[in-house]
Amino acid sequence: MTVLEAHSNSVADHRPSEEPRLTYVPAKAWGTRIAAVALLLVVVSFLWSIASNPNFGWTVVGEYLFDPRILSGLYLTLWLTLVTMVIGIVLGTVFAVMSMSGNVVIATIANAYIWFFRGTPVLVQLIFWYNLGALFPELSIGIPFTSLWISVPTNTAISPVMAAVLGLGLNEGAYMSEIIRSGLLAVDPGQRQAAKSLGMTSGRALWRIVLPQAMPIIVPPTGNQAIGMLKTSSLVSVIALSDLLYSVQTIYSRNYQTIPLLIVACLWYLLATTVFSLIQARVERHFGRSSLQASQARRARQ
Amino acid sequence: MTSPMVVIDRVTKSYGEVPVLRDINLEVAAGEVISLIGPSGSGKSTLLRCINHLERIQSGSITVAGELIGYRRVGNLAYEMPEKLIARQRARIGMVFQNFNLFGHMTALENVIEAPVQVLGIPRREAVERAGEILARVGLGDKLHTYPRMLSGGQQQRVAIARALAMKPRLILFDEPTSALDPELVGEVLDVMRALAAEGMTMMVVTHEMSFAREVCHRIAFMEAGRIVECGTPREVLDNSAFERTRAFLSKVH
Repeated sequence: MTVLEAHSNSVADHRPSEEPRLTYVPAKAWGTRIAAVALLLVVVSFLWSIASNPNFGWTVVGEYLFDPRILSGLYLTLWLTLVTMVIGIVLGTVFAVMSMSGNVVIATIANAYIWFFRGTPVLVQLIFWYNLGALFPELSIGIPFTSLWISVPTNTAISPVMAAVLGLGLNEGAYMSEIIRSGLLAVDPGQRQAAKSLGMTSGRALWRIVLPQAMPIIVPPTGNQAIGMLKTSSLVSVIALSDLLYSVQTIYSRNYQTIPLLIVACLWYLLATTVFSLIQARVERHFGRSSLQASQARRARQ
Repeated sequence: MTSPMVVIDRVTKSYGEVPVLRDINLEVAAGEVISLIGPSGSGKSTLLRCINHLERIQSGSITVAGELIGYRRVGNLAYEMPEKLIARQRARIGMVFQNFNLFGHMTALENVIEAPVQVLGIPRREAVERAGEILARVGLGDKLHTYPRMLSGGQQQRVAIARALAMKPRLILFDEPTSALDPELVGEVLDVMRALAAEGMTMMVVTHEMSFAREVCHRIAFMEAGRIVECGTPREVLDNSAFERTRAFLSKVH
């Protein structure tokens, strides 16, 4: 005897009918299908009109895609993005922790930093660092009240690359600190208490317990910032650094192939963005292990 | 009898103008299990959190195993200790929270070995071995690699107890350990606590489980409005209280 028979026997008031079983047919969403086809047609014809248009100068695009000047510009763009994001994340963590400090002076200084660097255009900040020599002709470092001081002319210490790293990095630090702060605030305060009750110092609790759990919240906007920085870094052309966009501009200012060369730049930007997105997805997966197990188990149960 | 494990002497604390602990005096002997009962807001949890210096007291003193908690005494001055030393004291005092507070990004095993490895500097291999034993003792030998969110409330709280035990505490503070649990899961946590009590662990338990208090605890302290109204054996407090307020509270709980 099967389980089903046993069950149906136990239900006294309904006997299974003799009629054939129904076959269910899912509703067809005709409206959605038509819209999808129409959209596909629009997209294909749009792409075709671009690809077949000689005014876009696809041969020129091919010619310049791997031009050494453009590749060196691409290298500078990637280097600047990585370096300034690292600086931004480190500074952001420091200022996020400072702004949450119980000490009023420390919190105020952190907030003032965030306020200032978010409140002024990054273009102005870049120009400011580039022209630091006009404001402070010499930079000195040493121990106060002693004769142990080293001085260097500002213009040798702050090269254009240095100015770009300072300008973009300090600016990024302000934005990152707000992202990191929101991540830290999202972690249940009970986690910190449990860590303390186990004898951890607040530094260790932050590093081992709070930050790892804040990461799933911090990573997506950080990826956004990195992709944004890829393009923001093109502002360094104002201080005569030839990044990707600037090297393209110098070429088209001579041969007047403006559109094809801008397409070259866009292709490289798109490729870099794709790579960044892939890295972000990997990092997200790494920090989502504990929820991954949960979702796998959910799927297994279904 | 040996010297007491916990001595709470004339302790007061207030949040701004609001007094939360008023002139608390209590001694807990080594191996003793004492429960703190009383209406919410009576200061039970706060008192517990002062014992490992998660909160500061304003006057009086708390001593655990002869050590003044949180302060270094010089004559009649008590200087608050640097964080590192406070952390060292806390490492020997276990605490179990109402909401478990397991580290969400770590498996049960990782939760248990985290502090022994990071704080006590025990080699990882040794810590893993010990953690496996402790988790098996609380009945979770098969859940070593499970993350907290995949565990029931009762299982989570047992991991939390294992995490506290891994630090070889001389005292464990339980802050309403079963209040966040579904009724059918309360028993498994109380069973673990009962076993600990039988092994001679010194425990202070804030609880609303009167049957547990009656059965397991040596003494019960009834608190109200920041004061210990009375403290005695379960029979004295639960059955024959001389105090009207205790009887009124118990009639509402039962």
